[in-house]
Amino acid sequence: MSAEELADRQTETRTVRDALRDGIREEMLADDRVFVMGQDEEDGGSFEVTAGLHDEFGFDRVRNTPISEAAQVGAGVGAAATGIRPLVNLSFSDFIGVCFDQVMNQAGKLRYMFGGASNVPLTIRAIEGAGLNAAAQHSGTVHSLVAHLPGIKAVAPGTPAAAKGLMKSAIRSEDPVVFFENKTIYERRGPVPTDEAFTVPLGEATVERAGDDVTIVATQRLLGEAIAAASDVDDVSVEVLDPRSLYPLDTEAIADSVKKTGRLVVADESPLSYGFHAEIVTRVLEDAFWSLDAPVQRVGVPDTPIPFAPSQEDEVVPDADDVRRAIRRTI
Amino acid sequence: MLLIREFENRVRDRFADDEIPGFVHLSQGQEAVAVGACGALAEADYVTSTHRAHGHSLAKGLDPEQLLAELYGKEPGQSNGRGGSMHVADLEEGMLGAQPIVGASVPLGTGAGITAQVTGADWCGLAFCGDGSVAAGQVHEAINLAATWTLPVVYVIENNGYSEGMTHDEQHNIDDLAAMAASYGIPGEIVDGQDVEAVHETVSAARERALSGEGPTLVEAKTYRYRGHFEGDEEPYRSEAEVDEWMAERDPIENYVEVLAEREELEGDELTEMRADVEAVVDAAVRFARDADEPAPEAAYDDIFVDPAPDVQRHRNRMKKDGGVSR
Repeated sequence: MSAEELADRQTETRTVRDALRDGIREEMLADDRVFVMGQDEEDGGSFEVTAGLHDEFGFDRVRNTPISEAAQVGAGVGAAATGIRPLVNLSFSDFIGVCFDQVMNQAGKLRYMFGGASNVPLTIRAIEGAGLNAAAQHSGTVHSLVAHLPGIKAVAPGTPAAAKGLMKSAIRSEDPVVFFENKTIYERRGPVPTDEAFTVPLGEATVERAGDDVTIVATQRLLGEAIAAASDVDDVSVEVLDPRSLYPLDTEAIADSVKKTGRLVVADESPLSYGFHAEIVTRVLEDAFWSLDAPVQRVGVPDTPIPFAPSQEDEVVPDADDVRRAIRRTI
Repeated sequence: MLLIREFENRVRDRFADDEIPGFVHLSQGQEAVAVGACGALAEADYVTSTHRAHGHSLAKGLDPEQLLAELYGKEPGQSNGRGGSMHVADLEEGMLGAQPIVGASVPLGTGAGITAQVTGADWCGLAFCGDGSVAAGQVHEAINLAATWTLPVVYVIENNGYSEGMTHDEQHNIDDLAAMAASYGIPGEIVDGQDVEAVHETVSAARERALSGEGPTLVEAKTYRYRGHFEGDEEPYRSEAEVDEWMAERDPIENYVEVLAEREELEGDELTEMRADVEAVVDAAVRFARDADEPAPEAAYDDIFVDPAPDVQRHRNRMKKDGGVSR
């Protein structure tokens, strides 16, 4: 979170994992309609984000599901439309292929098709990202697919504060939200406001590092890589934004930054074609075309599935060096 | 049943005359399933339905005028005309929506069961699905989940013998779909879907099980549809003689009229009066739907989200702008 947002707030240092759990737990305490389900969820689910919640809240609030992503999401939509607030853990985001109908045709369209008669206060957690040698079906970054779908909101925080604040907003939202977590930053630490009233609204970006010469819009793991790269280039003043929400998108914050710097790098672990990078660039072209001083630059995965061999995974997955080179290409 | 039959007669004719846009799927021949099952439910129970949803909707209590207006794409329809025949919904009447993605009604019904169970409610979910949907994976997943969690849900397979234009044998390797219940460890009941009282009795018992915490039941109602998969279907997959035989021998309305007459529960002109009443209701619905206003075009941007949708407005505003890109 930006220094501005954290000013005058009491904070504590939390990891992304703890911040997510804090957010979920606080919402479960505040609203007994919040209902958590997923595979191995009673033991904390993949990466133990919800560890301890089953012990605290019991089977009525936290449940293991069969390995049935279509039923998890489809029943989640039905449950949300009839009065509770399900938080469905899809585990690895690659599994969204198994239940894409329920995301695209049910969660995203139900309210619209029914003329606004039903809200769908459903949150789906999906774990993304390469870096653990988990190979092609457990390492993907699929949020561009989801952010493209009408009727769905999508978030992908890069800091502990954003993780907690957005989790609370997602659970409270009357709309379906897909919450993307990058599995390599669960141990990322940072300041989180201790005030339980703290939330991060859906659709607000934050300036994580202020600068004047180049704007980097960076998500999730690459937020950290972008900040590291920015520190490496002493002669260039780099501003780093975390959009936090993919949809709705805070176009104004991004365009304002580019109007100031005149240069843009977009760093996101999605495949490069037809996705998040293109959307950010297009919005900047729409709102800040005349401020651009250099061709925009993209950092992402060059349209490969994620390979298993560590040597190959390191090859295709971008890091701070890729961001640093992109910065140089804009100067 | 009379209302559903006559309502769909008009839908058939108004569609043929191009008054009703889009696709429509009629349920004529299957009225006893809709009426028997929905008649066994309480107002608070939720029903999910299929692309063939007019019968379920009327049986669950949806207003015929509003329903026809919805089919016409008009403002006073249940979904303000935005859903149409394939997405009829009315949550106040417990109609959780028609689902033309075959099989999708079943997870949604399971979801209603989750809400009922975790909130300790005294209502249940009922998911209608067709025989074709039983070949879809999400149906299996959703019934298995409900069985595992002992959810208060009733699943009603309307087995009309055809999946779109394909026969039972092309879809399934078992004769009775209710037999699948055994694989979930729940009761599977086969019922004559042309017998409204039999359906009512079977679904009532299933609902009782659901509400007493004994979990879901899978009901297979053997039935038949008189019309094609969709209006305009040339039906190369079956003979006219087959349809005629069902209409002559197994019609759920005519057969029930005979039963009631034998029991002397239908006196004098009662049936004639009922037919006249239904005719009047449907006449009024047609007038209402024809005269109703179309929804405002700009309402197409509403109801995507509950919260504001700045991106939608952004794109819309830019598209509407006529020249003058500012520096």
